[in-house]
Amino acid sequence: MKIAVCVKRVPDSEARIKIDASGKAIDEGGVKFVLNPYEEFAVEEALKLKEAAGSGEVVVISAGSDASQETIRTALAMGADRGVLLKTDHIPLDPLPVAKALAAELAEGGYDLIFFGKLAIDDYSHGIGPMVAELLSLPCVSAIAALQIANGKGKAEREIEGGVEVVEFPLPAVLTTDKGLNEPRYPALRGIMLAKKKPLDVKDVALETGGLDVLSLSYPPERKAGRIVGEGAAAVPALVDALKNEAKVL
Amino acid sequence: MIDIPYLTDQQHQVREIARGFAEREIRPVARDLDREARFPWATVKQMGELGFMGAPWPVELEGAGMDYLSYVIVVEELARVDASHSITVSAHTTLGTSPIVNFGTEEQKQRFVPLLASGRVLGGFGLTEPGAGSDAGGTQTVAVEKGDHYVLTGSKIFITHAGVGEIFVVTARTDPTSARSGRGITSFIVTKDTVDVDTCTAVGIGHAPDLPKTPGVKAAKKEDKLGWRASDTRELILQEAIVPKENVLGEPGMGFVNFLKTLDDGRIGVGALSLGLAQGALDECLKYTAERQQFGRPIASFQAVHFALADMATEIEAARHLVYYAGWLRQNGKPYKKAAAMAKLFASELATRATIKAVQLHGGYGYTTEYPVERMMRDAKVGEIGEGTSEIQRIVIARELLGDVVAVTG
Ligand SMILES: Cc1cc2nc3c(=O)[nH]c(=O)nc-3n(C[C@H](O)[C@H](O)[C@H](O)COP(=O)(O)OP(=O)(O)OC[C@H]3O[C@@H](n4cnc5c(N)ncnc54)[C@H](O)[C@@H]3O)c2cc1C
Repeated sequence: MKIAVCVKRVPDSEARIKIDASGKAIDEGGVKFVLNPYEEFAVEEALKLKEAAGSGEVVVISAGSDASQETIRTALAMGADRGVLLKTDHIPLDPLPVAKALAAELAEGGYDLIFFGKLAIDDYSHGIGPMVAELLSLPCVSAIAALQIANGKGKAEREIEGGVEVVEFPLPAVLTTDKGLNEPRYPALRGIMLAKKKPLDVKDVALETGGLDVLSLSYPPERKAGRIVGEGAAAVPALVDALKNEAKVL
Repeated sequence: MIDIPYLTDQQHQVREIARGFAEREIRPVARDLDREARFPWATVKQMGELGFMGAPWPVELEGAGMDYLSYVIVVEELARVDASHSITVSAHTTLGTSPIVNFGTEEQKQRFVPLLASGRVLGGFGLTEPGAGSDAGGTQTVAVEKGDHYVLTGSKIFITHAGVGEIFVVTARTDPTSARSGRGITSFIVTKDTVDVDTCTAVGIGHAPDLPKTPGVKAAKKEDKLGWRASDTRELILQEAIVPKENVLGEPGMGFVNFLKTLDDGRIGVGALSLGLAQGALDECLKYTAERQQFGRPIASFQAVHFALADMATEIEAARHLVYYAGWLRQNGKPYKKAAAMAKLFASELATRATIKAVQLHGGYGYTTEYPVERMMRDAKVGEIGEGTSEIQRIVIARELLGDVVAVTG
């Protein structure tokens, strides 16, 4: 079983984000970057499949700046076999150019499965996985929360509004992973040492800008202070009135 | 997250792993383990898989092959959540395993270190005796040479892992003519079965049935302790224990010199543990004082609370750099005896102060098991006692300062 996992370097969800001087990007200074949490599920699932099969290869691929090597090493420390960095200074907002670069790298790889996180927590575009599937003419199941692979076929579960959807698909296929799929392992200390010696190919790529551009970034509006409408049972009518007519939630 | 510019990316990554593990796996169980004084086999197994049980030892010996500061950071981060887990790692690594790594023959290393460094079996160090605590050179345990083996008789008390562990380094007097002096003490490697064979078999670590056991070595009653309650502390009895000569560790008669070096390592470990405890107490206080309202506002808005938090944070920072400095010296092959003693002395006394203050800042709630600070307070005190009391650290430091001018004992 040969598996590719595409990963992205993203700011930690707890990082305090500042907009840079251009007003169109975030200031990366002092911000901690991590492996996109949805792709931790992807790496874990790939490792579990390889371990269950008893053989195979897990290749971690990332498009991004040189710093993304660190992100790839994190996945290697968890147990992936080798990494590929498609090195580019700028990741455009439009997912299509990134998807094209990844598809070009994946096309000749002979992968049985290609994993993505269902979204990257920085831009929330959800786009790259399905785009890559389309470019490679492969079936795609997005946001999977359970997975079984047997006899060249796969069965995945997706949590949809009010229920679970079960999808069967042939291999090779593209899958994007959701929370609940598994419990990602911690990289072991030994894994970190071993990861340093694992191969990591760095390939320069030039990405098109694509059809989207960032005009400006702004902070979310500050939350307004709360208001106390009164105390005890007597305050109930005023509260109901405020919820109905001001907040419009009733 | 603690971001220190002189630490490497790898050391930061190790901190994240250790902190994540402690928060996710240890925090939910720490209170019950403490109350029940139960040894945490399940989490110890996970720590072995993560490489925490042999962080600084070579990969060829099934260690994680990390630098010494990475190991120090693991001990610190575990103690931030639970000191018992931290001492388990520290005593196993620096007391139980390091003498074999440092002084063992190639054959001894191959035989014992992989079992220990992978966390498959727990190790310990038996130095203290009823009559030989601070005066560790006063060892009364005797080893009598008989052909191809020695016969050891004596009692070691307060030995971490004496019950749960299987591999121990113990000291005994091989030269009776040098009674009451450091000369004539030899180190031996002895083995026994864990007292938890059934649990270990179920969990899958802790017991090596194929490891030959030393006849005459056994654990006695478990101590009922104020703190470190989920760590195993017992008497280790040597009852005419038959130890083959191939288990003599280091040069015969050099046991005293060797264990002093082992204690220097252990002191960095207890320093790191105490540092983590103090940091954990501060983190609890930052959370609690911001939430707790009195007089219509968070207690964190009172200046007296600011001062307490500022003092704690400042002292913790000082302790951190002392501990890391000692670790850095050791890692870089420089003399570190004085730095290790200072780090342990300062950090352990700070941990006591900071955790007592933490209970105070939590008021009545802090005095209950609802919050972890009362446990932290109980866990802190022993840092001033184990691996050389604060008084002994001061003696070590003064001796380093003054040289042989002061002929003090200890
Ligand atoms: C939880 C726990 C775990 C332990 N784990 C281990 C272990 O794994 N292996 C091991 O070998 N030991 C272990 N110990 C033992 C520990 O190292 C000793 O308790 C410690 O060294 C002190 O010895 P003692 O208890 O005999 O106290 P004593 O030496 O009797 O000291 C009593 C008091 O006298 C003071 N004192 C003694 N001599 C002097 C002096 N010259 N000048 C000034 N003051 C002095 C001491 O500082 C102390 O305050 C452990 C102890 C505890 C509590």
